[in-house]
Amino acid sequence: MMARLLKWGDWLEERLGWRAAQELIEHKEVPVHRHTIWYYFGGMTLFLFAIQVCTGIMLLLYYRPSAETAFESVQFIMTEVQFGWLIRSIHSWAANLMIGAAFVHMFSALFLRSFRRPRELTWVTGAFLLFLSLCFGFSGYLLPWNKLAFFATKVGTDIAGVVPLVGPFMLRFLRGGDEVTGATLTRFFGFHVAILPAIATVFLSVHLYLVQKHGMSSPPFVDPDKAPKMKFIPDFLMRDLVGWLAAVTVLAVLAAIFPWELGEKADPFAPAPAGIKPEWYFVYMFQTLKYIPSKIFGMDGEILGIMSFGLLGLLLVITPFISSEPRRGRRGLLPIVGILVLVYIIVLSALAYRT
Amino acid sequence: MWQPLLLIILISPVQAQAAPKAAQSTCIRCHTDLGNPFDAPVKASAQDIHFQNGLSCNSCHGGDPTRDKPEEAMNPAKGFVRQPARKQVVTLCASCHSNPDYMRKYNPQARVDQYSEYLTSVHGKKLQTGDPNVAICIDCHGHHGILAAKNPNSSVYAPNVAATCGRCHSDPQRMKSYGIPTDQQELYTKSVHGEALMKNRDLAAPTCNSCHGNHGATPPGVDSVANVCGQCHVMQWDLFNQSPHRKAFEDRQLKGCVTCHQNHEVVQPSDAMLGAEDSATCPICHEKGSAGYAAAQEMKSAIVGLQGRLNSSSQLLEGAQRAGMEVSRPIYQLAEGRDRLVLARVQIHRFNPAMLKKTIMEGDSIAGASEQSGMQALADLAYRRKGLAVSAVILLCMIGLLLLKIRRLKSS
Amino acid sequence: MIAAEPQTSRRNVLNYLLGTGAMATLAAILYPVIKFMIPPRIVESSASSVVAAKVTEIKPNAGKIFKFGSKPGILIQTPAGEYRAFSAVCTHLDCTVQYRTDEKLIWCACHNGRYDLTGKNISGPPPRPLESFTVNVRGDEIVVTRG
Repeated sequence: MMARLLKWGDWLEERLGWRAAQELIEHKEVPVHRHTIWYYFGGMTLFLFAIQVCTGIMLLLYYRPSAETAFESVQFIMTEVQFGWLIRSIHSWAANLMIGAAFVHMFSALFLRSFRRPRELTWVTGAFLLFLSLCFGFSGYLLPWNKLAFFATKVGTDIAGVVPLVGPFMLRFLRGGDEVTGATLTRFFGFHVAILPAIATVFLSVHLYLVQKHGMSSPPFVDPDKAPKMKFIPDFLMRDLVGWLAAVTVLAVLAAIFPWELGEKADPFAPAPAGIKPEWYFVYMFQTLKYIPSKIFGMDGEILGIMSFGLLGLLLVITPFISSEPRRGRRGLLPIVGILVLVYIIVLSALAYRT
Repeated sequence: MWQPLLLIILISPVQAQAAPKAAQSTCIRCHTDLGNPFDAPVKASAQDIHFQNGLSCNSCHGGDPTRDKPEEAMNPAKGFVRQPARKQVVTLCASCHSNPDYMRKYNPQARVDQYSEYLTSVHGKKLQTGDPNVAICIDCHGHHGILAAKNPNSSVYAPNVAATCGRCHSDPQRMKSYGIPTDQQELYTKSVHGEALMKNRDLAAPTCNSCHGNHGATPPGVDSVANVCGQCHVMQWDLFNQSPHRKAFEDRQLKGCVTCHQNHEVVQPSDAMLGAEDSATCPICHEKGSAGYAAAQEMKSAIVGLQGRLNSSSQLLEGAQRAGMEVSRPIYQLAEGRDRLVLARVQIHRFNPAMLKKTIMEGDSIAGASEQSGMQALADLAYRRKGLAVSAVILLCMIGLLLLKIRRLKSS
Repeated sequence: MIAAEPQTSRRNVLNYLLGTGAMATLAAILYPVIKFMIPPRIVESSASSVVAAKVTEIKPNAGKIFKFGSKPGILIQTPAGEYRAFSAVCTHLDCTVQYRTDEKLIWCACHNGRYDLTGKNISGPPPRPLESFTVNVRGDEIVVTRG
């Protein structure tokens, strides 16, 4: 039995050269220190992404992306398709968990300074993957074509339209027209199932390749040569599996006890319901815009707010190039900025949900 | 080359869109030039239906619209009347509007009986006796800016009628000598019909003239009010006419429909009107121990019972729906149950408990079926949760085994 | 050797349990996935197309109320034998209309509104005609489609 498997392995090795990958994985090691737990979040994000791809493909078998049929097709999935309620609720909940895991992964890489040379491009591709996951969330949210989604999309694309110079173009490009209509739905569907996955595949491949190439980074306070190491296979992977199974359990509980709502079918001519809020991963930006005065030093407050967020996004991408090595004993600016941003996000989100 | 042409176009006076006669009328010209307040009639007449059909100031006021000098234009010898007396206004309007040959020129389908109807009305009769206070044509229709009744800006457009009548009928000073109430407009505005017409713009809803008549405005007689209500509320009217209440009301000079539902303040009826409680309507006539009293009690309990059962089924289904279960078919069927409840409330007007029985039973069986569907949905929900429990157990065991394995690997 | 035996047997038990657990987990995940991919009993949502009645159920000069999405619809067969279908929601105040065999038209009991057999409002309060649907006969089924 083993001999036959080895023969197949040789057959594949001659054609694919796969044993090099096997070697790499077998030698892969993970540093062990008091912050090792954060290393699990990259894999968690990837696992949740895989769940999104699988459940998303399954939903594709029944979903219909037009304004007349989208809501009914989701209702059909929730009510007539066997376990449709489960697949759909898992897809909606896992989206949120994935974005949450992505944020944790990003903040942990930030505070543990994983972006230092030579891992700058790993960070850059990672930042783009974070933005991509937000785009996935925004485009996917509209697809059930219910009232909340319709207005959240309207508000979100309105905000995009405010950006100077490219705003109006972006608004028309996103909406497929001047208003949010069935054309917007079809377009968002194209983004969500084709364009974004294609771009994400490219960035993800580069990101994962770079992680394997450079190995796991150690935080500054750990000496990479002296620190204890854990083998990736089987030790780290088993712990990964525990986390992934726990995630599946959480998703099963969420899907069964807190199924994702269907809502009411969108009506473009009805007025917006009160208390429209975007999903939690946008809510701190939304709340910020509410607090900004309409004029700051003569300039439009909303535009300034949006540009600031754009600037923060840019700073995020170029973090490896603007953060200096911490001097002996001094922590440097990075942890402070990082904590401020984190606290800001939490506080603004809490404020948004209190009202 | 083209410059002269452009110059000609620029300096040519632009022709006004008014009717040709009006543009030549010196009345219009002078009164416009004189400004405020003399231009008020001209401004008001911009949309006037008579002007749009080619008539002008002199059509009603007489005089000569071709003369420039006031004493020649507004010459009594030429028939000029500055402000006709109230009785004269009516005959003046009637001189055209009661003439079929004349009206046919403008609208072959126009009615020509307004004047004869008006003479039968309370307003018309009192005018004949010399009362200057009562309404004449121009009080409701306006004088210079008269619009068709279909025009939403008209004072006699259906949603505006109550306010027009109310201008006099809600004025206590004006109505003092007539001894009739002045709260009709207020009551009507609060009523179902007032809300339907004025707030929801449902033009099918009745207003003052729907029950009182347009030009022959008179309060409906004791025996005719129900007929008016019955034009729309056909089923209730039919049942009432077959019921013992019809003769009983006639004998006591009580108006049908209005006696229980009021005339102006017709509010949304509620189950509270039915039954034997002190606040209900039935005990006003039916004493305790009488057959009517017992019938009222029976009908009330039947209706309230059905409503209760429908409500509890509805709550059950809504709970299942909130929990994410598919219950759109039972909810749809429950709507049929509510239809039975509505039908039962209509059938009350036969005032015979036996008649309600069939409807109530149908409603009951629907409520029962819906309740069963709701229970089934909750059972499905329980099945889902059981499935979750089983899967969770499997997953948690797996996690436990993995942790054991990890510990094992660590120690070896 | 003897001291190692309990270790080996415990390890074997654990491995065996792990293998079984993995199979069970896989089954618990694959079971709903496979059931999901199998087409359900009703293949399409009934919000846009529905079987309103069988041909034998409805005679000329008759009407039937059926469920269309979440609202009632009315299927009629005119005295001439043609099938027509409309929304049964009266355009006045949303009561459910019915077919009158005596007057050969559609009637609303709430406020005496009437519609002719093309759905047009002809008398009483209704301000608009009834929304009309497409009717097709497929075998012995009468299929009503929206739009």
